[in-house]
Amino acid sequence: MTEELIIAGFGGQGVLSMGKILAYSAIMQDQEVSWMPSYGPEMRGGTANVTVIISDDRISSPILTKYDTAIILNQQSMDKFENTVKPGGTLLYDPNGILAHPTRKDINIYRIAGSKLATEMGNAKVSNMIILGAYMKARPIVQLENVILGLKKSLPERYHHLIPLNESALTKGMDNLEEVQVL
Amino acid sequence: MADIKLMKGNEAIAEAAIRAGCDAYFGYPITPQSEVIEYLMMERPEDRTGMVVLQAESEIAAINMVYGAAGAGKKAMTSSSSPGISLKQEGISYIAGSELPAVIVNVVRGGPGLGTIQPSQADYFQTTKGGGHGDYRMYVLAPASVQEMVDFVDDAFEIAFKYRNPVMILSDGIIGQMMEKVELPPQKPRLSDKEIEERYGDWATIGKRKNRERNIITSLDLDPYKQEAHNHKLQEKYRLMQENELRYEMIDCDDADYIIVAYGSSARISQKAMNLAREKGYKVGIFRLITLFPFPSKPLNELAGRVKGFLAVEMSSGQMIEDVKLAIEGKAKAEHFGRYGGVVHSPEEVLEALENQIIKG
Repeated sequence: MTEELIIAGFGGQGVLSMGKILAYSAIMQDQEVSWMPSYGPEMRGGTANVTVIISDDRISSPILTKYDTAIILNQQSMDKFENTVKPGGTLLYDPNGILAHPTRKDINIYRIAGSKLATEMGNAKVSNMIILGAYMKARPIVQLENVILGLKKSLPERYHHLIPLNESALTKGMDNLEEVQVL
Repeated sequence: MADIKLMKGNEAIAEAAIRAGCDAYFGYPITPQSEVIEYLMMERPEDRTGMVVLQAESEIAAINMVYGAAGAGKKAMTSSSSPGISLKQEGISYIAGSELPAVIVNVVRGGPGLGTIQPSQADYFQTTKGGGHGDYRMYVLAPASVQEMVDFVDDAFEIAFKYRNPVMILSDGIIGQMMEKVELPPQKPRLSDKEIEERYGDWATIGKRKNRERNIITSLDLDPYKQEAHNHKLQEKYRLMQENELRYEMIDCDDADYIIVAYGSSARISQKAMNLAREKGYKVGIFRLITLFPFPSKPLNELAGRVKGFLAVEMSSGQMIEDVKLAIEGKAKAEHFGRYGGVVHSPEEVLEALENQIIKG
C-alpha cells in the first residue's frame, strides 16, 4: 500500500501540522513516511502545501506531480492541484472560500465544512483536525487510535490536555464527510 | 525500544551530531539549513553532553573556529548552505593542508551568487574538485534520506579522524527540509584528550609534554621540497580513501539495460522514475553514489561493459556527468539530465529524458 497525498491551502490553516500528525500516525502503524513541505517566502502568508507519502515499503521520490489524494483548502490550491489527482483518486475539499468547485468526472470528490464546523465548536484552530477526520473516513489508511498516539508523540506534554478536543474534532470530521461524487 | 522519531533532515543531523559525541558546533544561519543551529540552540547540548554550540559572527569565523577546535583534537562541525560554504573555502583548504579532522555540512541551494533558497545540486564541482586552493580533497558523503543524515554524521567523524581530513556531508534543500522516520543511535560519549590520543595519535595541540617535541599545526611550509613531500603524503591519503572508503548502492542493476546515475535527492526522484520505466517494460537500474569523493569509477566502468547507456541525473547543468564519462571511458552512451537553479525535476521528467536521450536517442 502506498498513499501519495498533497495537502494545500493558506499558511496558517494548519496544513503543515495536519501533514505532520498524519505522518506520525502512520509511523505508529509501522509504516514508512515522508513529509515534504513547500518552503520559503510562500510560507509567510501565501499558499502552503505539503506532500505526505505513506507506504508499507521504502519510499522513492518525496517530490511528486500526481497524487492519490488531494486535500484542498483554498481556491488557489484548487486551481493548482485539481488536475494533479490521479484518475480514480480522491479530492477532499473545504468549500469555505471556494468559488470554482471541482469539475473532474474521473475522481472521487468529497467535501468537509472544516472551518464552519470548527467555528461551531468554538475553536477555529481545530479545523485542520476536522478535515483530517474527514480524510480518515474517505481514505481509511490511518486508524483513529494511531492518530491519537501520533498526537501524543508529536505534541509537547504541556499541550496534552488538548488531545480530547482534537479527538472530538477528528470524530466530528468523520461524521460530517459529504460525498459529492463517488465512483 | 528503538528510538524512532519523525524529523526534518536538518534537525536530524543536529541531533546526530550531539549523539556522535561532537565537542563543538559553530555555525551561522542560512536557508535552507537554519534548523541545524536552531535545533542545537533549543536542545542545549551543553546540558546533555557538554557540547559547545556557538553562533559565530560569520561563516568565515565559524569555519576558523572549527579549525581551532580541530587543532585541539576536538570533534568539531559546521554547516551552511551554498553561499555560506563558498565563504568557508579558505578555511577548508587550511584544515586539509594542516591535516585536521572536521565535518562540514552543505545543504545545497540554487546558485550562483545568492541564487535562491530552493534545492540544488550545483555545488558538485566545488565539493569534489577542490573549492578552496591547492591540491586537496574532501571525503564527501551524499545522504539520500533523513536516516542517512543521521547515520552519516558518525561515519563522517570516524573518517575525518582516521585520515585527519575534512569530510563534507553534501545534502540539499529537499533532504534538509523534509521529514522522515528516523531511528536515532544511542548517545556516544564525548572523548577525552587521552582517548583521542590513544585512538588517533598524539598530534593535537593540547600542551607540550616532557617526552616529546611540541606539536605544531600549520598549513605553511616555505620549503617547496618539504611542501611537495607533504603533498605526496596527502595524495597517498586520498589514494587510501579511494581504496578503502568508497561507498555506493546499486538498485536493480543486475538485469538492467539502462542505468540512472544519481546521488542525494535526485537518486530518490530517479528511483520513482525507474519504477515508472519498469512498468513500461524498460529494464532500468539505479547506480546511487554515496561517496562523491572517492568516485566509483571502477564499478561504473564494469557496468559500462554490459549496459546500453547511462543517464546522469543531477540538479545542475551537468557536473557529475563529467566524472561518469571519465569512468566509463566511452564504453557506453552517457547523457545528462537535470533541472537547476532551484527547480526540482519530477520523476516523469526523468523518465521522459531517459526515453528521449538514452533509450530512443
